[in-house]
Amino acid sequence: MTQGTFIQAVLIPDLPPPPQIRVTEAATRFNVYRNNVVVSLTEALQAAFPAIAQLVGPEFFAAMGGEFVRAHPPQTPVMAFYGAAFPNWLRGFAPVAALPYLPEVAAIEQARREAYHAADAPPLTGEQLARLAPDALVTLCVQPHPAARALRTVQPALAVWAQCIGVPDLARETPPEVLITRPAMAVQVHPAPAGTASTLFALANGVPLGEALGDVNPAHILTCLLGAGALANPKVFPCPT
Amino acid sequence: MALPASAGIGFKPQHYEDLTTDGPVGWLEIHAENYMFEGGPRRAMLAALSEQFPISAHGVGLSIGGEGPLDPAHLKRLRDLMEWLNPAQFSEHLAWSSHGGAYFNDLLPLPYTQSTLATVCAHVETVQQYLGRQMLLENPSSYLAFAESTLSETDFLTEVARRTGCGLLLDINNVFISAVNLGMSATAYLDAYPLELVGEIHLAGHEEQTTPDGAPLLIDSHGAHVADPVWALYERTIARTGPRPSLIEWDNDVPDFATLEAEAARADRILRQRLAA
Repeated sequence: MTQGTFIQAVLIPDLPPPPQIRVTEAATRFNVYRNNVVVSLTEALQAAFPAIAQLVGPEFFAAMGGEFVRAHPPQTPVMAFYGAAFPNWLRGFAPVAALPYLPEVAAIEQARREAYHAADAPPLTGEQLARLAPDALVTLCVQPHPAARALRTVQPALAVWAQCIGVPDLARETPPEVLITRPAMAVQVHPAPAGTASTLFALANGVPLGEALGDVNPAHILTCLLGAGALANPKVFPCPT
Repeated sequence: MALPASAGIGFKPQHYEDLTTDGPVGWLEIHAENYMFEGGPRRAMLAALSEQFPISAHGVGLSIGGEGPLDPAHLKRLRDLMEWLNPAQFSEHLAWSSHGGAYFNDLLPLPYTQSTLATVCAHVETVQQYLGRQMLLENPSSYLAFAESTLSETDFLTEVARRTGCGLLLDINNVFISAVNLGMSATAYLDAYPLELVGEIHLAGHEEQTTPDGAPLLIDSHGAHVADPVWALYERTIARTGPRPSLIEWDNDVPDFATLEAEAARADRILRQRLAA
C-alpha cells in the first residue's frame, strides 16, 4: 500500500480504510488518524484565527475549517504560519459572502502572526531620521522593518477585529489602512492613512523615500510609519544614483 | 550542555515565569518546528532558557518514515535551528507526516518490511550527516498494524540503530498504548527492545476509548497524567537501564506548572531511588 492511498483515505471520510490494515474494528481504529489529521489542523487554524472563530461560532468554524484544511493542507511542518492562504480562501467561500469584512479580519490576524515571528531589528526613529539633511531625506533608501505589514481593509475590519479581541482603543476606528508592527517584543496594530501599504511596498523594492511616500499626505504617512516602528534602523543608505 | 539523566518537561511558553533551576526539572524539551522562524518573543524565551537548562530538540516534521525523499527545505530549517540553539540532543519519530508536498500534522504509521527499513535507514543517515550529529529515533504509538509487515517493531528499531549508529528514544506511554491497542504484551516488547541504546525516555498521559465491539482503544493524547501502568513499566525499565533522561510530555490541556512539576518530581524520585540502589 502506498502512503498516498493511506492519506487519501484519511482525508476523505467516505472512503473505507485501506484493506491492508490488519486489525479488528479497522474503521474505528483508522478513524483515530482521520481525527488526528483533520481535527488537529482545524484546531490549529482556529487557534490562529480567534476573531474569525468568534465571529462565525465554533461549529461553523469546525465545518469551514475542515473544508479549508482538506483543500489547503500545510505546505511545511512549521505550523506558526499555517493559514496564510486562509484570508484569500475566505474571499471565495460562498457561505460567508454576506460578511465582506471577514477575509480582511483574517488578514489582520495572519499579519499579526507573521509580525510576531519576524526577525528582530531595532526600528528607525524620527530623531535618527531628523539628523539627516532634509534634502537627503527624499533620496534616501529605507527598508521596511522585518515585522511591518500594511493592509488596505474593507470596513469595518479593524473595528470588528478590535471588538473580538478586546482592544477598546481601536474598536471605533475606520481607517483606510491598517499597519501592523513589532518594534520590540510586542505586536502593535495601528490605524494608518491611505498610501501606507503602497509606500512600504515601494520601499521594500528600493524606491527612494521621497518617491515612495507619494504626493498624497506624505508627511502623515511618514509620521505613521516612524511612530509605529515600521522602518528598519540599519538599512538606511543612500540610493544608488 | 549534555542532557542529564534526570527528569525534564516539555517547555510551554505559559510556564516561562515559573521555571526554576532548583526544582525537579533538570532539562527542557522543545518541538523543533515551534521555533523555526526568524525572531520574536518565543525565540527570545528559548535563547534565555538555553542559558539555564540543557535543551533536547524533538522534531515532529521530518517524516523519516516517508516513502519519498526528505524535504531539503525542512532539513535546512532544522540545521539552522540546531546551529542557533546547539541543543544537547536531537530526536525524531519512526513515522511519516508529509506526502506529495503536504504536511498532515500527525505521526502516521508505516509497515515494517525490509523495504521500509532500507528507506528509514537512508533517511536517518541523511539527517545525521546533514546535522553532523547522532539522532535518536522514537517508537510510535500504534492504532493498527499492516498485513505486509514482516519485522517486529523492536527488530526494526534495533536494525535501524545497528545500520545507522543512531540512538533510540523510548516512549513508554507509546509502548503501553501500542500493546493495548494491538493486543500484545508491553513487558514482552520491552524485553525485546535494545535498552542499551536508549538516550532518552518519554512519559505522557493517554485517553481511554472503547471500540464498538468493546475492545479498549488508547489514544496518545499527551493531555493527562501519566497512567499508573506506564509508571510501573517505567520503574521496571529504569531498574534495568539505570537513570536515563526522562521527559514528561503534556502538550494538550496543558496544566499549571505545579502539576507538571509534580509529575516531573515523581519521575525524579524513581531515578534517584535507582541511583541509590
